[in-house]
Amino acid sequence: MKEKKKTKIIKRIKIDADQCNGCRACEAICAAFHAEPKYSSVNPARARIHVFHDPIRNIYLPVYAGEYTPAECAGRNTYTLNGQEYDECAFCRASCPSRDLFKEPDSGLPLKCDMCETEPPLEEPMCVQVCIDDALTYEEVEVEVEEEEEEVKVEDLELGVEALIDKYGMDKLMKTLARMAAAKEEGAV
Amino acid sequence: MRYTETGFNLEVDLTHGNIEKVATDPRDTELFLGGLGTNAKILWDRVPPETDPLSPENIIIFSSGLLGGTLAPSANRTIVTTLSPQTRLMAFSMMGGFWAPELKYAGFDKVIVRGKASGLVYLWIDNDTVEIRDASHLHGKGALETAELIREELKEPRARILAIGLAGENQVYYASIEHERSSASRGGIGAVMGSKGLKAIAVRGTNDLNIAHPAEFWEECDKILKYIEFRRENPIKGVPPILAGLGSPQEMAINDEQWHTTSFSWGNARVRRKDFWTEETEKRWHEVQSRSVERLISCYNCPMRCGAIVPHPELPTHRYMMKCYSKLTYVMGAMADDLEFGFRIAGLAQEYGVDGYTAPQVMAFAVELYENGILTDEDLPGFPEKNEDRFFYLLDKIVHREGIGDVLAEGVYWAARKIGKGAEKFDHNTIKKHEQIPIKLGMLNPIYYILWSTGEKINITQIEGQMPQAPFPTKELKEDFIKDWVQIPTGKEEKFKQFIMEWGEEGKRFPFWPPIDLICELVEWQETMHYIDDTLGLCAGLSSFPLKPAYHIHNLPVIISHATGLDIDEDGLWTIARRTRNLVRAINLRRGLRKTDEKPPEDHWKKRFPEYEAKLLDEYYKYKGWNTDGVPTRETLEGLGLGYVAEDLIKRGVLKGNGTSSSEASGEKEKN
Ligand code: SF4
Ligand code: SF4
Ligand code: SF4
Repeated sequence: MKEKKKTKIIKRIKIDADQCNGCRACEAICAAFHAEPKYSSVNPARARIHVFHDPIRNIYLPVYAGEYTPAECAGRNTYTLNGQEYDECAFCRASCPSRDLFKEPDSGLPLKCDMCETEPPLEEPMCVQVCIDDALTYEEVEVEVEEEEEEVKVEDLELGVEALIDKYGMDKLMKTLARMAAAKEEGAV
Repeated sequence: MRYTETGFNLEVDLTHGNIEKVATDPRDTELFLGGLGTNAKILWDRVPPETDPLSPENIIIFSSGLLGGTLAPSANRTIVTTLSPQTRLMAFSMMGGFWAPELKYAGFDKVIVRGKASGLVYLWIDNDTVEIRDASHLHGKGALETAELIREELKEPRARILAIGLAGENQVYYASIEHERSSASRGGIGAVMGSKGLKAIAVRGTNDLNIAHPAEFWEECDKILKYIEFRRENPIKGVPPILAGLGSPQEMAINDEQWHTTSFSWGNARVRRKDFWTEETEKRWHEVQSRSVERLISCYNCPMRCGAIVPHPELPTHRYMMKCYSKLTYVMGAMADDLEFGFRIAGLAQEYGVDGYTAPQVMAFAVELYENGILTDEDLPGFPEKNEDRFFYLLDKIVHREGIGDVLAEGVYWAARKIGKGAEKFDHNTIKKHEQIPIKLGMLNPIYYILWSTGEKINITQIEGQMPQAPFPTKELKEDFIKDWVQIPTGKEEKFKQFIMEWGEEGKRFPFWPPIDLICELVEWQETMHYIDDTLGLCAGLSSFPLKPAYHIHNLPVIISHATGLDIDEDGLWTIARRTRNLVRAINLRRGLRKTDEKPPEDHWKKRFPEYEAKLLDEYYKYKGWNTDGVPTRETLEGLGLGYVAEDLIKRGVLKGNGTSSSEASGEKEKN
């Protein structure tokens, strides 16, 4: 068994919410970095990070867009923080049908933090670069893994299609795609 | 496609409940860029000079700047423009925070409000869906409390809200507009909102803002961030800590208040306490401040953290947000040595929504009148003994406009004239009918003489900057300062650096040094950089205000060009700023501003030189292309494409004769 142990690099962003000043530079740069072409537009609603803020309760919490989920949670809990009660959703990372957070504002397609994966790779993800007050810091740690796990990388497109399937059903989606493809071809002639 | 701007304004007529999305003319962007520039143009075009500031005919413009909402750090200013009830001139206060970027994402560059609602209302801008909503349940609510209630009501915690407090509703002449950690407070613009029955504007936006040359633009923005980091490690040497860094003065992070407390005057701008700052005070104040500041907070897309979250058990919100120097204004006005008092009263005052500079001065003025028997127990029934208590008492009367508070609500200038009985003599710190920062010094400073006199932004901190307050004490420090002083305009590098090197040497001291032409250049440079910021929506804290700022006349044209796709160079940018500057002046001249208004208070300096001062003013007018009355000449205006302004001023007799009449000024063409 022993020789099977391998190491792999895990990239992670550490969040020190106590250092967060609420500037939303992370949101702005994330949205701009993922625009096509890069930096061609800014729209924090497209960011894959959201700074939950409630100044008069002194709560600032950067939250990264996590997994897409086709259904909302069954039971919801509440948090009480500095005297205010919050729905559990407030701090949740999921792109979920119950709300518009972590979804493209126009298409509603889910957004997920991709650690700014790009070629050539960045030294640090963009949100970390602009957070010069160090609420966000980047680290790469080596961890031992049992055996090499196939890393499944869910691309944006795949994530989007998955959401569409959930929303409209596979059948309807396929039909629509076929119809659109046909229309496009006609138009090209 | 329009870049960095949305190309749309939101026009709201509160009288008729009419809301329109109106496309703007790209030509105006080329001429004025945006923000203050286009605001001034709209005010000139639409508001006749005889308009009463508190009437429905006045308009109030809430504008983003040209770069607002882009990746440019600190491009977050909301520039509010209207006619001031206090100065009766154009008011153009700015604030930081988050409002203007959100407005851009909602799809608008400006909100222009006219008319008057029949009851109290607020505006809800949810992208393209805009509603005028009833606000009768928000009557008398504090500004932050209002924002809180609106967010709950809209179920949109991400809505960004600006609001007025009770002072604005009651049209106190120095009522502010409050937004989270920021305030737009000079000139009583909160009273104008109040006069329209507009309690608040909430906005939420989820649209893209486009950039013309994306990669190049980001590269420039990144350089700004890198420079901010560099300056954190490398503060300016040889100046007090409060002046050594970037940002709005770091009042929330820095405890050392020696400079403010010993340089500025206390009470009704009366006493300078040069020995106030002792070790014991420092210890006590440090303790209070560490207890009062829970977190340092920034405005949108800026790492400077100039603001703080401050607990305040008396407020319904339990906390408020403070910035800049308002922790000291009440303390010094009340001659209270207790910083805790400052944090406490500033929180209340901000929720009522009054200007943190003017309000304490009005109160100090009232206390002085009382002590001199001009105001009596009849005017001030139950007036407390202690100064701190008197300030709470006065704040309450003013914002409710109750008894003498109704008179004091109009500020020192108007109150003095209403009270009479010699009260005018105690009005010794206003310029253009507006309270100024309480500074009373010894020797006339010729640079500041012109700044104070000719400034139309009313607040000195909004037109000064980038220059040390005193000569550096050693040659080494001077050399260190000028060695990488890249912010100086082209062609002036040697002159400005030489000024720093010589300043303080034998024979190289104020008031008769430096030569007047250099004085004019230094004044114009300081002011112009602020006008540029106000069109772009940049915070002065990274730009026109601190020593060696991140933004300057050399990188700004590059940044603007990449952001917008316009082709603008240093000269072009300078010309746009001059166009705006002259238009602002024309608006004010048309409303009655005269040369006689352009003077600092008599006791501003102990040592005065009337003839020399007159000469300074004349020379500066000439340098600006203004005639001896301070009115831009026809040539100046026409050269800036403002021929229509010249015609109007001539028609109204503000510009005499054919507009070229005054002395030799007219022939002179400016270099810039
Ligand atoms: S950039 Fe950093 S400090 Fe600013 S909001 Fe994001 S996490 Fe907070
Ligand atoms: S790591 Fe990259 S993708 Fe993830 S939130 Fe930060 S900027 Fe966005
Ligand atoms: S420098 Fe300070 S006041 Fe200016 S934008 Fe940044 S945080 Fe706001």
